[in-house]
Amino acid sequence: MSVHPTSPKFKDNARRALGDAQLQRALGNVKKGFIEKRAAAAAALPEFEDLRDSARDIKDHTLEHLDLYLERYEEKVKASGGHVHFARDAGEARRIILDICKAQGAKTIAKGKSMIAEEIGINAYLEAAGMVPVETDLGEYIIQLRHEMPSHIIAPAVHLNASQVESDFRRVHTHLDTDRDLSEPVQLLTEARAVLRERFLAADVGITGANFLVAETGTSIIVTNEGNGDLSQILPRTHIVLASIEKVVPTLEDASQLLRVLARSATGQDLSVYTTFSTGPRRPEDVDGPDEYHVVILDNGRSAMLGTSFQEMLRCIRCGACMNHCPVYHAVGGHAYGWVYPGPMGAVLTPALIGVDKGGHLPNASTFCGRCESVCPVRIPLPKLMRHWREREFEHHLTPATMRSGLKFWAFFARRPSLYRLATRLGMGALALAGRRSGRFASLPFAGGWTKHRDFPAPQGGTFQQLWKRERAGKRDRS
Amino acid sequence: MTDAREDVLAGIRRSLGVRGDERTRRTIVEDRLATAPAGVVPQRGQGSGEERVRVFVAQAERALASVTRVADHAGVPAAVAAYLRDANLPAELRMGEDPRLAGMPWGETALATRTGASDGSDLNAVSHAFGGVAETGTLVLVSGADNPSTLNFLPDNHIVVIDAAEIVGDYEAMWDVLRERLGRGVMPRTVNYVTGPSRSGDIEQTILLGAHGPRRLHIVVVGEAG
Repeated sequence: MSVHPTSPKFKDNARRALGDAQLQRALGNVKKGFIEKRAAAAAALPEFEDLRDSARDIKDHTLEHLDLYLERYEEKVKASGGHVHFARDAGEARRIILDICKAQGAKTIAKGKSMIAEEIGINAYLEAAGMVPVETDLGEYIIQLRHEMPSHIIAPAVHLNASQVESDFRRVHTHLDTDRDLSEPVQLLTEARAVLRERFLAADVGITGANFLVAETGTSIIVTNEGNGDLSQILPRTHIVLASIEKVVPTLEDASQLLRVLARSATGQDLSVYTTFSTGPRRPEDVDGPDEYHVVILDNGRSAMLGTSFQEMLRCIRCGACMNHCPVYHAVGGHAYGWVYPGPMGAVLTPALIGVDKGGHLPNASTFCGRCESVCPVRIPLPKLMRHWREREFEHHLTPATMRSGLKFWAFFARRPSLYRLATRLGMGALALAGRRSGRFASLPFAGGWTKHRDFPAPQGGTFQQLWKRERAGKRDRS
Repeated sequence: MTDAREDVLAGIRRSLGVRGDERTRRTIVEDRLATAPAGVVPQRGQGSGEERVRVFVAQAERALASVTRVADHAGVPAAVAAYLRDANLPAELRMGEDPRLAGMPWGETALATRTGASDGSDLNAVSHAFGGVAETGTLVLVSGADNPSTLNFLPDNHIVVIDAAEIVGDYEAMWDVLRERLGRGVMPRTVNYVTGPSRSGDIEQTILLGAHGPRRLHIVVVGEAG
């Protein structure tokens, strides 16, 4: 087990999030910015849809040959003087990293942004061993100061407003003038830059994630806009890359296809500011760069997704577009999902990695509107995969008893069409009669979950099937 | 306890229903690695000559870099000095050992130049790009004593000199150039694709320049298109 999940309490988490005025204000920024920027970037590139197909195909091809590409990747890293460590689970990955840090006598560890690092809970582990891991991505730094998890995979502090960041900086940066002006976001950025620059220069080890690993050359690729991932790897003596098995792609060309859809889908940039290709440690002719280069490749449940309907989820390149476009994410934010990965991609990945017993609520947190699939750069059928989890949850008898008996009750009628039609006609008729005065119900038996938050409109004009029949008949008459 | 590497690979093979020694699968993988098919390449960078340079400049400016053009290498120091003066920046500059930079007439300017990697105390640095990609206005820099990677990230103001003839249309063309110079499957320790100055949107999703890397990125394009 790594980070303790609160996913089983999704409903409570969501209720709290909906009542949090500050959070709701911050979540407005997601709806505002990301959607328009992605749409503009996609519209500006005529080949964008073809690139999405290409990206999907590259990932599918790689996953089908994953064992062979990983072997080649490992071989090439070794040939360039680096080390590769495979880890079956989070605990194994943590121990490998700690051993490397210990061998370096590390005190300060600069961390570039890595969701795998969150998944394995590396910070707490290194702290327990007396080391000081410092997050260097601005958003990650802010949430580290607050002892929080990221609430978004590419914008970790999207749930916060500037005034909260200001009070955190005043609380932690006590060596600075208490009268300093931090009213503008740029002043917050400048302060973080100065504080973190010291930490970069002091760091003994740098840990970064990887957006892609290239089998052809043994290269790890990271993309950032801040440059923190680069300072985390060129200044310390040792660079540790933390990646999961599905990050490997065959060639530099394949990586280039994926890079073209990654930033556009994420932030609406054509390319992130810094795309860095790192291969092994410092060379004899180099005057900077790390003396040691390690790659930790984590499985943690992913290999078991291969060959199942969830294999498609392993195409994910972590752009965040699905959550940026998700009405449920917009409403409750990332923390409500209760583990590392939020939004639609989290709703599919989390049950696979921590178990459907713990993550089973998340696939239910969807309106199945399909926006996530429509923007996914690698065309993952997220609603379909969420439906698969719902089916499994039901099969494993994890669905609450009231829902199960409700579904059984419904199924009894659904299997008997004439009885169904009769029952709905009678039911609708009774409701229409009872609600004819106000046209709505403020409360209804068995529907308290609905009427607690809004009125239930009284039915008008018969059942859906009656309307459908009438409509079809009308069409036939017209044609 | 069994080996983690063997376990992970065996787990993958079990799930995929393969053994790992199938000749067809191995041939498919070897072919792909050997041929590196290009996939979908956008038209945007495909113009030739001056048109390609024009797209490079326009895209770099969209990414918030500033760009000047000079006729030849001899004109670079004066253009750099003018840029620093106009931006009210000190007349000092760090650079690597790139012979192309070393061969420029820095002595004709009032700039104080220093050579070698940066320790974080430099305000300004100049690097010579390996090349550029027109498609996104991206600079390509490679590590080494000629152009230390620290110069790309530590100074507040980064100036990058690029030969117009070394601007290619797309990333794929850049990989071809690298393979031609270094050999297939070989990479420098670090290849940096740089597209504009450092920035962060982590505070209320508002883009601010100068997060950890340079606050300003200035590009000097030398000569005519190839």
